[in-house]
Amino acid sequence: MIYLDQAATSYPKPTEVSEAICASLLQAGNSGRGGHHLSLEASRLVFDARWEIAEFLGAEDASCIVFTANATESLNLALFGLLNPGDHVITTELEHNSVLRPLYNLEDRGVEVTILPADRQGCIDVSRESLTNHLRANTRALVCTHASNVTGNMVDIASVGEFCKEHNLIFIVDAAQTAGYYSYDLKNTPVDILCFTGHKSLWGPQGIGGIYVKPGVVVRPLKVGGSGIQTFSRTHPGQMPEALEAGTLNIPGIAGLLAGIRYLRSLGLDKVRHVEGELCRYFYRGVSKLVGVEVYGDFRAPLRCPIVSLNVLALPSNLVSQRLADDYSIYTRSGGHCAPLMHRALGTDAMGAVRFSFSHKNSREELDTALRALAEISGDLL
Amino acid sequence: MSENKVVVTFRTTTEAMAWERVCKNEGLPGRLIPMPVQISAECGLVWLIHAREQERLMERATELGLKCDKVIQLV
Repeated sequence: MIYLDQAATSYPKPTEVSEAICASLLQAGNSGRGGHHLSLEASRLVFDARWEIAEFLGAEDASCIVFTANATESLNLALFGLLNPGDHVITTELEHNSVLRPLYNLEDRGVEVTILPADRQGCIDVSRESLTNHLRANTRALVCTHASNVTGNMVDIASVGEFCKEHNLIFIVDAAQTAGYYSYDLKNTPVDILCFTGHKSLWGPQGIGGIYVKPGVVVRPLKVGGSGIQTFSRTHPGQMPEALEAGTLNIPGIAGLLAGIRYLRSLGLDKVRHVEGELCRYFYRGVSKLVGVEVYGDFRAPLRCPIVSLNVLALPSNLVSQRLADDYSIYTRSGGHCAPLMHRALGTDAMGAVRFSFSHKNSREELDTALRALAEISGDLL
Repeated sequence: MSENKVVVTFRTTTEAMAWERVCKNEGLPGRLIPMPVQISAECGLVWLIHAREQERLMERATELGLKCDKVIQLV
């Protein structure tokens, strides 16, 4: 089996991750819910994870990191917790439904939404002139993905963040594809909110994610309830990070995420990114030579996520993906990838696209096998 | 006669765990215990020390930028 669906979830997870999850089930109680050994062990584990994630992302301190179930929950928390009827928000056609659907919901409640168009290569114009043209008196926030999950194209968040800072906009970044790939330095970057998931490039299990909230940014909670603090208060505590974490935390998930980050740090993020970038370029060069294969995205950019999406002639993407799985045991993702506007911009809304995504655990030999398979599939049709 | 005790209270569990981590690394005295029922604090955990250790601990905590809520003498 050749797994080239790393952008859906990374696989295979490191042994350290599964061991940490098992250990947490055996050695930890509930975090923040008591002073006995097992409860304290859980609280220590949660705090260590916050601390190390904050360090990993270059955040100010551990209290900036809130745990959620995934990037979708983090984005819902940010968007519903910051925007009010009458506000205007700017986003892009690169977005995943985890951004678009909360925004459509908010639009129905009186929030104004502007969506920046993408070109046929999946790029958006985030120049100062372009962004200025979309500003309104009531513009409150800009939300965008750091990298498209369809094309792998990245957005220059430093430049967009500077624009937001100058115009007093809250800048929300969807880092679902980039946390664990890009080297963040959040305390020195004008990003107010960064939403991430644990199970992709951070190598944790599914069901754990998080949100970075810059000190001073106040987000309304999505849920309130048990917090382990201020028991007799009628309202949920306002102090971060507990303000945004009602209910029991996913301790095994947090243990796995912490182990995933430690694994990544032991390899070196720069090295991992280099290996994955090389694999992506190698595969792109290979597919570019195939007759009848159309590749989407901007491959001139110096930095992009390790994703190559393509179609073979006029074949629906699901059939190509199915054939790759059935005949070659090569696992990819087909269809719309939950990013409808991106596909419309690329002209692939009818057929979707076959997405190949890589990690440092893949090899050139695996990619050669995939290239041969694609050549056979396209050759059969010519 | 038992020694007088003091507890340091916190606003959040995160503050309490940060306090414990740094104190352990620095070799500072004390340990986390559940909040005694006779006091009121926001976090359910407090840092317990002997009263004679209070001055040294709090001086060092200030130097290290550690956050807490109150320091309360147990009676």
